[in-house]
Amino acid sequence: MIPAPFEYVRPSSVAEAVSAIGAAGEDGKILAGGQSLIPVLRLRLAYPTTLVDLGRVAEMQGVRDDGDAIVIGAMTTHHDVMHDPLVAEHAPLIAQATGTIADPQVRHRGTFGGALSHADPAGDLGAVALALGCEFVASGPGGERRIAASEFFHDYLTTALAPDEVLTQVRVPKLGAGWSSHYEKFNRVAQAWSIVGVAALVRRDNGSIAEARIGLTNMGSTPVRAAAVESALAGADVGSVAAAAEHAADGTNPPSDLSGQADYRQHLARVLTKRAVLAAVGS
Amino acid sequence: MTKINVKVDGVSYADEVEPRTLLVHYLREQLGKVGTVVGCDTSNCGACTVDLDGRSVKSCTVLAVQADGGEVTTIEGLAGPDGELDPVQQAFHENHALQCGFCTPGMIMAVRDLLRENPNPSEDEIREGIEGNLCRCTGYQNIVRAAQAAAGVKS
Ligand SMILES: Cc1cc2nc3c(=O)[nH]c(=O)nc-3n(C[C@H](O)[C@H](O)[C@H](O)COP(=O)(O)OP(=O)(O)OC[C@H]3O[C@@H](n4cnc5c(N)ncnc54)[C@H](O)[C@@H]3O)c2cc1C
Ligand code: FES
Ligand code: FES
Repeated sequence: MIPAPFEYVRPSSVAEAVSAIGAAGEDGKILAGGQSLIPVLRLRLAYPTTLVDLGRVAEMQGVRDDGDAIVIGAMTTHHDVMHDPLVAEHAPLIAQATGTIADPQVRHRGTFGGALSHADPAGDLGAVALALGCEFVASGPGGERRIAASEFFHDYLTTALAPDEVLTQVRVPKLGAGWSSHYEKFNRVAQAWSIVGVAALVRRDNGSIAEARIGLTNMGSTPVRAAAVESALAGADVGSVAAAAEHAADGTNPPSDLSGQADYRQHLARVLTKRAVLAAVGS
Repeated sequence: MTKINVKVDGVSYADEVEPRTLLVHYLREQLGKVGTVVGCDTSNCGACTVDLDGRSVKSCTVLAVQADGGEVTTIEGLAGPDGELDPVQQAFHENHALQCGFCTPGMIMAVRDLLRENPNPSEDEIREGIEGNLCRCTGYQNIVRAAQAAAGVKS
C-alpha cells in the first residue's frame, strides 16, 4: 500500500528540526530511519500531515567520547553502532544487542534514537539502555533536557518525549573495570523481534558477583529491571545464579500474543536470565 | 511535489515525486525498473532490496525523497555492458538458486551486500546475512550454495 499524502520537511540542524516539528503542530511526525514509521504509514495506521526528516541533521550522527560517558547521536544507524570502536570498547552490550535487531537492510537504515523513541516493548535497545543507566538528551522549544532511562519509558509506544521534542543523543556511562555483559534473546527465526530478551551486566570482585543489573525486553508494556534478581545476585557466588534467576519474572506483567502466553514469557525470562548472567560472567 | 536528483544504475535522473512515493514505486513506475519487486506489506520479505549509497536497503521502506542526492543500484544495473552477469548472478544461475524466481532479485542484492562486508563468510554467516530475505519456495539450500560459490568457497 501507499501512505496517505503528507508534507515533507528536511531540516539540516537540531534547531531547524525543533522549529519544524513545532510548526507542524499536533499532526507532525519525526522521520528517522523510517523502519518503524514507514510500515505504519504504508498500512495507514497513522495519518501525519507533515514528516520532519532528520536524515540530513549531521550533528545527530555518530558516536563521540565525552569523558565519563560515550555519546551516541540519535541518528546513528544500527549498522554504524554495531561497528563503532567506542561502543565496542565501552558498551559492548549495545553492540551485541544491536546485532540481533532485524536484518542487515533494516540495520542500514534504522537508528539508535529511532528505536528508543519508538519504544516498542519487543524492541531490544530499551532493556539495554535501562541496564546501562543511559541518559536521554532531548531538545524542544524550551531548550535541552536530560531524561534518565528509568524515567524515559512510560507505556506501550509512549515515552517521556513531548510531541515537539527531538531526542538528539543518548549518553552511555562508561562502566569501568570489572564489568562484563551479555544480551540473550529468544525469537522466531523469520521475525527478529524478541519474544523475551534479557540484558545482563555483571561486576565481579574476587570471584563473586559484586553487582548485577538486569534489563528485560517484552516483559510488560515497557522495558523493566529485574530488581529481585539484582538483589539476589549482589554478593552471590556464581553457583547461586540459577537460584537468583528464578526471581526474573517477579512482579512482571508480560503480554500474551501469537508468539506466546504470559506464563510462557515468565518461564522464558527465568531461563534466559540464567543464561545471560552465566554468559556475562563467562561460565 | 518535491524535486529529487538520483543516480540509478549509473544514469542520473531529476524528477518530481510526491513525498509519499516509496522508492520501490519510483523505481518501478516512474523509471520502469520492474526488476525490483514487492513481495509484502510488512518490510519482512526483502524482495525489494536495492543498494542505496553502497548499502542494501528495503526499497519499500525508504521514501523516494530520502534517496535525493543518492545513488541506487538495482538488480537491473548488475550485468555488464555486453550482458555478462555479475558474479553473484552467475553463481545463482549455476547453482539453480531459484525456483519461482520472485525472491531472486532481492536475494542477489542481499548476497552482494553480505560479500562486500564479509568476503569469506561461513555457512552460518551467509544464513544470517540473508535473514532479511524470505524465499516462499523455501529454496534456501541452493541460495546458500550460490553464495558460497560466489565467495569462492567450495561447498
Ligand atoms: C522487519 C523489521 C524487523 C525489526 N526487528 C526488530 C528487532 O528485532 N528488534 C528491534 O529492537 N527493532 C526491530 N525493528 C525496528 C527497528 O529497530 C527500527 O529501526 C526502529 O524501531 C525505528 O527506528 P527508525 O530510525 O527507523 O525510526 P522511525 O521509523 O523513523 O521512527 C519511529 C518512531 O520514533 C519517532 N522518532 C524517531 N526518531 C526520533 C527522535 N530522534 N526524536 C523523537 N522521536 C523520534 C518517530 O516519529 C516514529 O514515531 C524491526 C523493523 C523491521 C522493519
Ligand atoms: S516488499 Fe519490501 S520487504 Fe517485502
Ligand atoms: S524462488 Fe520462489 S520465492 Fe524464492
